[in-house]
Amino acid sequence: MSVLVLVEHAGGVFKKKSLEAVQYAANIAKATGTTVTAVAVGDADNAAMQALGQYGANKVLHTMDTRLNEFNSRAYTKVMLAAAAKEGAKVIVGLHDTVGKAVTPRLAARLKAGLVAGAVSYPDLSKGFVVKKNVFSGKAFAYVNVTSDVKVITLMPNTYPVVKGEGSATVENLDVTFEDKDFSIKVVEVSKASGSVPLSEAELVVSGGRGMKGPENWYVLEGLAKELGAALACSRPVADSHWRPHNEHVGQTGGTIRPNLYIAVGISGAIQHLAGVNGSKTIVVINKDPEAPFFKAADYGVLGDAMEIIPRLTEAVKKFKGQ
Amino acid sequence: MKILVCICPVPDTTTKVAFADNNTHFSTAGVTFIINPYDEWYGIVRALELKEAGVATDVHLVTVGKADAEPVIRKALALGGDEAIRIDTDSNDTYMVAAQIAEYAKTVGYDLVLCGKESIDYNNGSVGAMVAELLDMNYIGFASKIDVAGGVVTTKREIEGGEETDSCSLPVVISCQKGVAEARIPNMRGIMAARTKPLKVVPPAAMDALTAIVSYELPPAKSGVKMIAAENMDELVNLLHTEAKVI
Ligand SMILES: Cc1cc2nc3c(=O)[nH]c(=O)nc-3n(C[C@H](O)[C@H](O)[C@H](O)COP(=O)(O)OP(=O)(O)OC[C@H]3O[C@@H](n4cnc5c(N)ncnc54)[C@H](O)[C@@H]3O)c2cc1C
Ligand SMILES: Nc1ncnc2c1ncn2[C@@H]1O[C@H](COP(=O)(O)O)[C@@H](O)[C@H]1O
Repeated sequence: MSVLVLVEHAGGVFKKKSLEAVQYAANIAKATGTTVTAVAVGDADNAAMQALGQYGANKVLHTMDTRLNEFNSRAYTKVMLAAAAKEGAKVIVGLHDTVGKAVTPRLAARLKAGLVAGAVSYPDLSKGFVVKKNVFSGKAFAYVNVTSDVKVITLMPNTYPVVKGEGSATVENLDVTFEDKDFSIKVVEVSKASGSVPLSEAELVVSGGRGMKGPENWYVLEGLAKELGAALACSRPVADSHWRPHNEHVGQTGGTIRPNLYIAVGISGAIQHLAGVNGSKTIVVINKDPEAPFFKAADYGVLGDAMEIIPRLTEAVKKFKGQ
Repeated sequence: MKILVCICPVPDTTTKVAFADNNTHFSTAGVTFIINPYDEWYGIVRALELKEAGVATDVHLVTVGKADAEPVIRKALALGGDEAIRIDTDSNDTYMVAAQIAEYAKTVGYDLVLCGKESIDYNNGSVGAMVAELLDMNYIGFASKIDVAGGVVTTKREIEGGEETDSCSLPVVISCQKGVAEARIPNMRGIMAARTKPLKVVPPAAMDALTAIVSYELPPAKSGVKMIAAENMDELVNLLHTEAKVI
């Protein structure tokens, strides 16, 4: 009966968003009077798996097969299916990220389970199994009732703060028999931008628009982002003009993010841009035009020239951190 | 090689979202529906490019929806493609949509199924992977580049903080995002040709929805912006720390 949760690790270390997913699963388990079983694959570290207990996991099922160190949605789905059968899981949690979005729909299809993709709340059990999610690219929320026996949810990262508690999870091996086709996608090459915070997971984001005038001015935003430990984002025209890479483009047709802090610099605040970022907890807008629509969606605003204000803000952050 | 491109009708990006019937329904009054940008800009165009390059023989477009989806699928046909299929049922639940597409796809046998990274209305990003499972195919999500040669597909796809190049043999389901192709504008010839192209209306397979939207809600309005003097960035930092508690 336990709530199943797929956890992801990099080189054996579990990611913060996976800890959040475990905690989320633990909350559902508590409400439904059951336990949490996390599922880990590949070279996961034993102590790290036990430590998932600090976030509410009772048990970790671990499938060790080095082929699982490369991502294949078929193989991961097979592991999850085996775990679900073993535990008799009625609720399965994944993350709304590139891994979760490839695995959970497969799993849901196989189990004929209703899927809520990108949940931003715990299920409301008083009304069935009703989960809140973003719709219309951040312009609204929908409350979705899952009517099937088994329920699958992907949690939007950075929805709940992660709180470390006490506890240790027991680790069990889960043996799964694979077929060649489960590993038939071959990884040819991986290129990672080193050192930077992945945008989808970032708690703080510094974003630039056309008001930055050109890529040569981005150093001021980079300076601020570095001082804050923030990720960088941009508006669509900025990515279209190749001032910044496409993966930094946010909005209705780019990434949807919900950081704690979004600092928008030289971005007018078009409806398509707002759609992707208005889930941010706090929005700071820096713009030289008092009529810029973004100010209406902001918590804090600064009127003026970005090239003067940003270095000043960076200095202020530096001073604050030095205290 | 036969390609199926999944087409989802969505409200125009400028739509001011509003709800009716006590927030239980999305108001479509005055809303223009467009082809989901990821389907229009990337899925369709890449399929057409593969056909123009002689790699693909047939490009079919499929949508799951009632008659009101027809103008959108016609618009898609105006961009190109050999035929369009509308599976005549509601598209409220992801499983329903994916299962309908998969059932139809089985009757034809496609080598490549393209869909968008996500629909800009319900933002699930789930249909493609579900279709893949139901067809027992590989799935590559968030592709930014798709090449096909000699029955082998090579893709670039987004991973956390980077990019990965993958390869696998056909058949495969791929979800498309920016980079896969350059958007095209339909021309008069395409629009005229679309009128005479076949649009098949297919009855749905018997299927139950597994989810239902109970109600909608608009995000809480911001209480108003607090303006900070450009000279006073210390105050902004202070407010972000003590009031907003984000740093
Ligand atoms: C189908 C569709 C999908 C779209 N999807 C997206 C999307 O996903 N994401 C997205 O961002 N856009 C999207 N757009 C585009 C969107 O409509 C806007 O055109 C875009 O967001 C504008 O980008 P911007 O704010 O950087 O530029 P502009 O609108 O040109 O704004 C620049 C701003 O910078 C300010 N400024 C200028 N100089 C300075 C200075 N020195 N200091 C401070 N401020 C300064 C100006 O006052 C202005 O407000 C989409 C459009 C369509 C039609
Ligand atoms: N009703 C539909 N008919 C056909 N294809 C769809 C439909 N809904 C979604 N899709 C496809 O699946 C992709 C992802 O949609 P979603 O999983 O709903 O976010 C879209 O870009 C389309 O390619």
